[in-house]
Amino acid sequence: MMSAGKVTVDNFDEVVLKSSKPVLVDFWAEWCGPCRAVGPILDEISNEYGDKLTIVKLNTDEESALAIKYGVTSIPMLNVYVNGEVVKTIIGAKPKPALLKELAEFI
Amino acid sequence: MIKDLVIVGSGPAGYTAAIYAARAQLNPVIYEGSVTAGGALMNTTEVENFPGFVDGVMGPDLMDSMRKQAKRFGAELITDDVVEMDLSGDIKILKDGSGNTVQAKAVILAMGSAYKEIGLENEKRLSGRGVSWCATCDGFFFRDQVIAVVGGGDSAVEEATFLTKFASKVVLIHRRDSLRASKIMADRALTNPKIEMLWNTEVIDVLGADKVSALQLRNTVTGEESKRDFTGLFVAIGHIPRSELVTSQITLNEEGYVSVDGRSTRTNLKGVFACGDLVDFTYRQAITAAGSGCQAALDAEKFLSH
Repeated sequence: MMSAGKVTVDNFDEVVLKSSKPVLVDFWAEWCGPCRAVGPILDEISNEYGDKLTIVKLNTDEESALAIKYGVTSIPMLNVYVNGEVVKTIIGAKPKPALLKELAEFI
Repeated sequence: MIKDLVIVGSGPAGYTAAIYAARAQLNPVIYEGSVTAGGALMNTTEVENFPGFVDGVMGPDLMDSMRKQAKRFGAELITDDVVEMDLSGDIKILKDGSGNTVQAKAVILAMGSAYKEIGLENEKRLSGRGVSWCATCDGFFFRDQVIAVVGGGDSAVEEATFLTKFASKVVLIHRRDSLRASKIMADRALTNPKIEMLWNTEVIDVLGADKVSALQLRNTVTGEESKRDFTGLFVAIGHIPRSELVTSQITLNEEGYVSVDGRSTRTNLKGVFACGDLVDFTYRQAITAAGSGCQAALDAEKFLSH
């Protein structure tokens, strides 16, 4: 079982920006109900499609500088990075079928 | 296998129905929703008026307790969405988000309500870019900023008060000249030095290239328009019932709420019951939702025993 790993300011470049495959970053926080709801769904997607799409979590409380840098004003916010660029942003918790549809081009 | 009872939705109404139905040994299956489990209270902070909690209780904690209570009595909890329902026959057929089908003799509908949007094109475009429907989720990102809350009911006032923890100033925009919110909450907002009231005002546009920078406002009395800078807009103008799955098969009122027979929870379809915010356009409290969930379980139990 692959559950989504954690990124911080120390490994963000390495894990996200320099990745050879697409990376989805889940901007979340402990106190955000919808974030806690979508977390397990992302773990499932990571488990099923981890070979094509890397999924990582970024705690916006611990990493507020990164959250500010990427203009987060709503969480959960899911950013997909390809070659270091944000190519897709999904805002709000969505059911798995809806997320798979939105992520279809990456998985 | 045909189940006795399936409950769709999991706020105070759905969980209370599950507690009562499980204790009546109806072995209920409850579809909690994949991302909506717990319902509207999951996005609130402190609930001060739920009887029995002297010092208040956090919305998510209250829902977690109800969930555990339902589970303790044997309700089968499924964290998935119902995506299709055929409620017309004696045996109801429901399909979930994972493609499974479940059949049941009775169904309790408790899908609750969703946030209402103002209905502006730019509101949608800038959603998540300064426009938000969840103060508890997003307030944190507006530290030391000047933000607007639109609405005049309990949720608008609660959000405005909550947001003063982060924002340097919160402007509460309401199209009338008095608040609809309960007195204690309204007083709290009106005396809060960080909250400014903007009466008789409606939001007619949300401005900003890639994030909210200002709102275009109109005075509802004089018709005068003005522009004012804000970095965030929290929309709390009420709710719409989540009745879209049953629109074509069940009797709804003009606003889309499921109609029930008198003080019961019986819908126009035999074996289908409805409760909570899906039905209630008047009270919409956690305690009234829980009460109607209890009624729905008792109505379903009576129906199944015949």
